[in-house]
Amino acid sequence: MSIDQFKYSRIPPEAEALRSEVRTFLADTLKDYPAIRRADSWMGFDAEFSRRLGARGWVGMALPKRYGGSDASPFARYVVIEELLAAGAPVSAHWFADRQSGPQILHYGTDAQKDRHLPAICRGEQYFCIGMSEPNSGSDLASIKTRARREGDKWVVNGQKVWTTNAHRSHYMIALVRTGENSKRQEGLSQFIIDLSLPGITIRPIKDLTGSEHFNEVFLDEVVLDADALIGTEGQGWSQVTAELAFERSGPERFLSSIALIHTLIDAVGRDPDALQAKEIGRLAARLVTLRNMSLSVTAQLAAGENPAWAASCVKDLGAVFEQEIPELVQLLCDIPPTAEGGCDHAQVLAYLTQMAPSFSLRGGTREILRGIIARGLGLR
Amino acid sequence: MREIFDSTVERLFADLVTPDAVRAAGTGNWPAELWAALEESGFGLAAVPEALGGAGACWADLCGVVRLCGRYALPLPLPETLLANWLLGVCGQPAQAGPLSFAASGSLKLAAGKVSGVAVDVPWGRNVPALVAIAAGEVPMLVLLPVEGASARTLRSNTAGEARDEFAYESAVPLLAVPLPANVPADVLLLGGAMLRSAQIAGALQGMLEMTITYANERVQFGKAIGSFQAIQHQIAVLSEHTAASVMGAEAAFSESAETLARLPVTAAKVCASEAAGIGASVAHGVHGAIGFTHEHALHLGTRRLWSWRSEFGTLTYWSGELGRALCQGGAAAFWPSLVAGQLETPAGARA
Repeated sequence: MSIDQFKYSRIPPEAEALRSEVRTFLADTLKDYPAIRRADSWMGFDAEFSRRLGARGWVGMALPKRYGGSDASPFARYVVIEELLAAGAPVSAHWFADRQSGPQILHYGTDAQKDRHLPAICRGEQYFCIGMSEPNSGSDLASIKTRARREGDKWVVNGQKVWTTNAHRSHYMIALVRTGENSKRQEGLSQFIIDLSLPGITIRPIKDLTGSEHFNEVFLDEVVLDADALIGTEGQGWSQVTAELAFERSGPERFLSSIALIHTLIDAVGRDPDALQAKEIGRLAARLVTLRNMSLSVTAQLAAGENPAWAASCVKDLGAVFEQEIPELVQLLCDIPPTAEGGCDHAQVLAYLTQMAPSFSLRGGTREILRGIIARGLGLR
Repeated sequence: MREIFDSTVERLFADLVTPDAVRAAGTGNWPAELWAALEESGFGLAAVPEALGGAGACWADLCGVVRLCGRYALPLPLPETLLANWLLGVCGQPAQAGPLSFAASGSLKLAAGKVSGVAVDVPWGRNVPALVAIAAGEVPMLVLLPVEGASARTLRSNTAGEARDEFAYESAVPLLAVPLPANVPADVLLLGGAMLRSAQIAGALQGMLEMTITYANERVQFGKAIGSFQAIQHQIAVLSEHTAASVMGAEAAFSESAETLARLPVTAAKVCASEAAGIGASVAHGVHGAIGFTHEHALHLGTRRLWSWRSEFGTLTYWSGELGRALCQGGAAAFWPSLVAGQLETPAGARA
């Protein structure tokens, strides 16, 4: 690691050129989309919207053309997703496939797997969830117990996943499961693409504290998988999963989750803010600008084929603190109490994001895990 | 050009700007030999156009140099000289030899060719022959003022003992007075000063981070290096995040600045650096314990500067307030487009 990894990286003009087209599309498509829905950020699920994006070529756009993608640069994808997030567009349906599963299938998948999944991902029609956590394996992911055993040319899976976002409305789950016994826990793990319509799979949504259903328990009871459900190499699941993390932790979704509340705050404050309001809005803007530049710098490193896992963890941790601080600061700035029902847009968005904020430092790795990774990268043992 | 600048300055500073040299250059002890070495290197004129006798370097080339000034706690006005000579160049005026400083605030007025008023918080004021400032007149005027022409001087220093002086002028004849070009804002020196300090803060934090990691790995308590304790690790992780943010802010500000300074990126850089300075100094001192509180230890060479630099040329509150007011003027619909563009925008779809 080195602080000097953070080099200033402008979005190249050819990627930047996409922006106005995306903005025009969003202004038109989301014309009457209410503020409280925009506050869902990348948790807003709308399959029809995902298909429309797919038709535009804005899902899986970094994938090769032969699979329905656009061979677009990581920066082009960045422009599209940051505009979607800033507008609060409902991107959840295709989000994990676009960010993680698609690139992973491209990287590790067989030709048959690519043909089966990538074109449908790019059309915005095939949705994925990520099966990692288990009831007794949260931050300590290497302790997972869900197991796949070989039977002839099949795999049989037993176990349970939990906190699986979108499992109840996805077609596939890419799950990390144990396939062997090794003295080192990280060995003997493998990844499978599991068709969620198979017999033996039970999916139960878990209501979050707001009453919404985003994440799930997934029970796997003697689920029989074809041999080609394995993705990548048997026993290499851990390294495959950790290679995804730089992609998972450095994107704009790691600091834009509360931007809807900045928008309603500026509306509520009006054109003539008092000194405290002006200061806090300016300070949030300054931090947002810097986080975005850090995130773009990681994108440039990813585009150059480097592994910026350390820098990505910095973006994620600093970004989560930022996203969580927004409701805390904002509730001090206007005499508008949060309302879960009724009330103005600002009051509703404040209520919603105040309650969602705790999840921002859970998903994608807790604050403590990230800081541990950062410290190790700094040479602290 | 950037790599050559960075490596040249790093070699020079590593050789000459040792902690002992920095301590020796406390208030009033002008390190003349060090300045002579710097002048020989030509860096004081780096940002001056080649036609006017400089190296024609752009701000993007100089970010590393200014970060190194912060990292080594250079007890000389090299950043100030860079900015003052750059502004002279922007106004079509030749660069000045020798150290130079500037006044970003005060009450200077130009009337009938003479300057009156006060120049405040002039870095290294007592040590330089002249300073540049913007004097109010019919139009804002760039003036070059001889320090010895001041009618009164009030000597001050910041928390690190760096001179921050005040000069009063009564009908003084400037060495130079030219109208500020129309595309140069009247607060250009405040903005430029904020940009310089953001990079110096980033540099100082980077040095402190390395010092803190080394100490945490060496210092043994309870039978093991304190850096193996999770509580210490997490604090240093936070220090590194803020260091990274301040580096990123400064790099963006310098990269986007050329003939004009990029107001929004500079504002973001100074706000993030000012915030990082307090958090970073707190963590570094916490980890170092009592030894870091001694005069003998080099930690304070960084932290005592951070505690002043964050407030100089506009505090976090000043720059945040300016940015926040401007963003509210644009309304919610212009907020995101402005941040992406790096300047205040009024998009077609902006709400009335």
